[in-house]
Amino acid sequence: MTKHWGLISAFMALTLFGCEQKATQSAASTDAAASQDAFQKQLQTQLLDAKPGDIISIPAGIYAFDRSLSLNVDGVTIKGAGHDKTILSFKNQIAGAEGLLVTASDFTIENLAIEDAKGDALKITEGKNIIVRGVRTEWTNGPDTKNGAYGIYPVQTQNVLIEDSIAIGASDAGIYVGQSKNIIMRRNHAEQNVAGIEVENSINADVYDNVAINNTGGILVFNLPNLEQRGEQTRVYNNLVESNNLKNFAPKGSIVSSVPAGTGIIINANDKVEIFDNIIKDNKTSNIVISSYFSIGSMNESGIKPSFDPYPEGIFIHGNTFEGGGQSPAPLELKALRIAMFGLTGRLPDILWDGYANPALLTDGQLPADKRLCVDNGEVQMLNADGPNGYKAPNMDQSAYACTLPALPPVEL
Amino acid sequence: MQPFHKTLGSALILLAAACSPKAQKITAFMEQNPSNLSAWGVVAVRGKALTLGQDVVPYDLNTPLYTDAAHKLRTLWIPPGKTTQYREGGALDFPVGTVLSKTFYYPKAKDGTLLDTLDTSSDFSGTGLNLAKVRLMETRILVHRENGWVALPYIWNAAQTEAVLERTGGTMPVTLHADGKKRAFTYIVPNTNQCTACHATNATTKAIAPIGPAPRHLNKPYAYQDGLQNQLERLAALNLLTGFDGADEAPRNANWRDEEAPLDARARAYLDINCGHCHNPTGAADTSALYLDRPAHTYPAGNAGHCKPPIAAGQGTGGKLYDIVPGNAEASILWYRMNSTDPAVMMPELGRSTIDARGVALIKAWIDAQEGDCR
Repeated sequence: MTKHWGLISAFMALTLFGCEQKATQSAASTDAAASQDAFQKQLQTQLLDAKPGDIISIPAGIYAFDRSLSLNVDGVTIKGAGHDKTILSFKNQIAGAEGLLVTASDFTIENLAIEDAKGDALKITEGKNIIVRGVRTEWTNGPDTKNGAYGIYPVQTQNVLIEDSIAIGASDAGIYVGQSKNIIMRRNHAEQNVAGIEVENSINADVYDNVAINNTGGILVFNLPNLEQRGEQTRVYNNLVESNNLKNFAPKGSIVSSVPAGTGIIINANDKVEIFDNIIKDNKTSNIVISSYFSIGSMNESGIKPSFDPYPEGIFIHGNTFEGGGQSPAPLELKALRIAMFGLTGRLPDILWDGYANPALLTDGQLPADKRLCVDNGEVQMLNADGPNGYKAPNMDQSAYACTLPALPPVEL
Repeated sequence: MQPFHKTLGSALILLAAACSPKAQKITAFMEQNPSNLSAWGVVAVRGKALTLGQDVVPYDLNTPLYTDAAHKLRTLWIPPGKTTQYREGGALDFPVGTVLSKTFYYPKAKDGTLLDTLDTSSDFSGTGLNLAKVRLMETRILVHRENGWVALPYIWNAAQTEAVLERTGGTMPVTLHADGKKRAFTYIVPNTNQCTACHATNATTKAIAPIGPAPRHLNKPYAYQDGLQNQLERLAALNLLTGFDGADEAPRNANWRDEEAPLDARARAYLDINCGHCHNPTGAADTSALYLDRPAHTYPAGNAGHCKPPIAAGQGTGGKLYDIVPGNAEASILWYRMNSTDPAVMMPELGRSTIDARGVALIKAWIDAQEGDCR
């Protein structure tokens, strides 16, 4: 994506439809700063005064803000003229942990861009029935540790649809749904983020028809400890997950800083995940990684609730098309392992498992049927990296994964 | 309206003006939001002072929120004939019609420069805040209406004669002087949504409520004109508080500056008032699983912060692995985020543009004194 957004609009207008309110302001001013200030105040006032059913339309133009915008009225729609036409820029932001913060239900935002927020671009929290459509969140200077963490970030939400949106340059995840229920993420494009698309501690998510390209990790399905809601039941299908080989630029200590560059799809400590019918190619560490929380590197006794289950369970991989990848894993242990097992010119298999399974559940070395890791994907193979034993005895025995699991039900919003 | 002597008893030090026939009456606006602060009457400029209105009671807190080193004048007014029900946990159960105010101001030197000091001894004259000695910044009103509390920010004009409602908040350049050093920053008045960000201590119900006037914060003496008296006992004596069994029975947070108090109590009182409104099991920061409210309560591993990995801290990690690393503040995310003014990093997210060096030092000492390791 390149920037081609033309001139700063000297003519700023904002129209509020719905109810009987109709406020239009036009300010053609030679004093751009005063004009920006006026628009900032105008738009924030519209957000404060909004009533359920209102549509706030922002015409084409580049609008600069120095503080966060926020909305906490239910039932509001914010609309732009297109993600390349209506641009909310936070490049000169001095305060606020996000560009736009929404704490409301029945919220729709579409066809605009949020650029260069200091923290998160669009955070939506504690709401139901959320639609994000045709929104672009971007850090325009490209990948940088100083970029904001999340692009599109609903957290503790229910019934969430994110579609036809674009996320570029997030120093954590481009599109990140956390601690939520009933989610559809489709036809989005995530590029040059540490994590392209991430589902975290969420229940019932469908991730399909997306493109995740040139991120550090393409699509992540994670469970993190200490939270009230444990996530499960995610379907990842019909996506193109390609060349996610970007050097990891997340701040150390953040969870995604542990994702190796070159990871296509990664499941961490999550359960009931079905990965099928994707095209997954040229991810140089591994096209798919299945891992436990142990591999994040933060496991300890005094800071993690004992109730946390760090193991990925009930994972089913089938019908995907793989191409390339695994030829140049980022982590040192995997580099050595690749050469030792597959030779100087060899590649890691398409699926890499860190090898951690809950010992309390094993019977004759096997997990119960509904908790197994199953691969039904032609010739595709999984490597058990033997993490619990310090990667000493990795093995390619495929018999343990020769199983299927029932298909997960589709998400209905 | 009740007779003055019945509602107030003895005159408060800040209520000298109220003793004169000129003391302004209070209007609790239950629907409209007046443009001028003076319309409420809870505080108003009279002569060279910011004085309190009739029956307005000032208060302060054991440990206050840091707001760019601003001093604060807090007041409460309860409609005549009504009373407040004592309760613990959150704020007292104030009746509908209650008006709280908090005026943010800086002490100033003779040449008008603003001062960074904890010393409040020059702030007051006999009739209220001495406008020759302080610069008023903003006054926030919290009014308890039929459908709940409403927060309204008023910004003081340059002439210091009136404050005007600015629902979208505002910014003001400020330079503070201390010990020959200057620090310049942008003082930020929150918009009304941002008021909610702190005052909706339950992020799910989104209902907003006062934070400061809770028993554990109020349970301290206040220098009234007739001497020191415990604030809760004062309210009870004024018949403004019922169900109260005495200060000894009520919880009490430490004064964070009281070096006689245990370090743990001081640090946790600081975290409670500065962080606990979001970092509690129902607050906006429950997404992080880190709970910093309720100093007297012990949260389990994973919520208390010790060796807890972050959830979605982004740049806020500062390259550190855990919220609190016992014995090593500088390896702790909590310390790092308090010690920053970068919007992507800083905690609290709102309400300050500068670092509270004294608060950071307190938390550093607290973490550095802890034992254990993250294994």
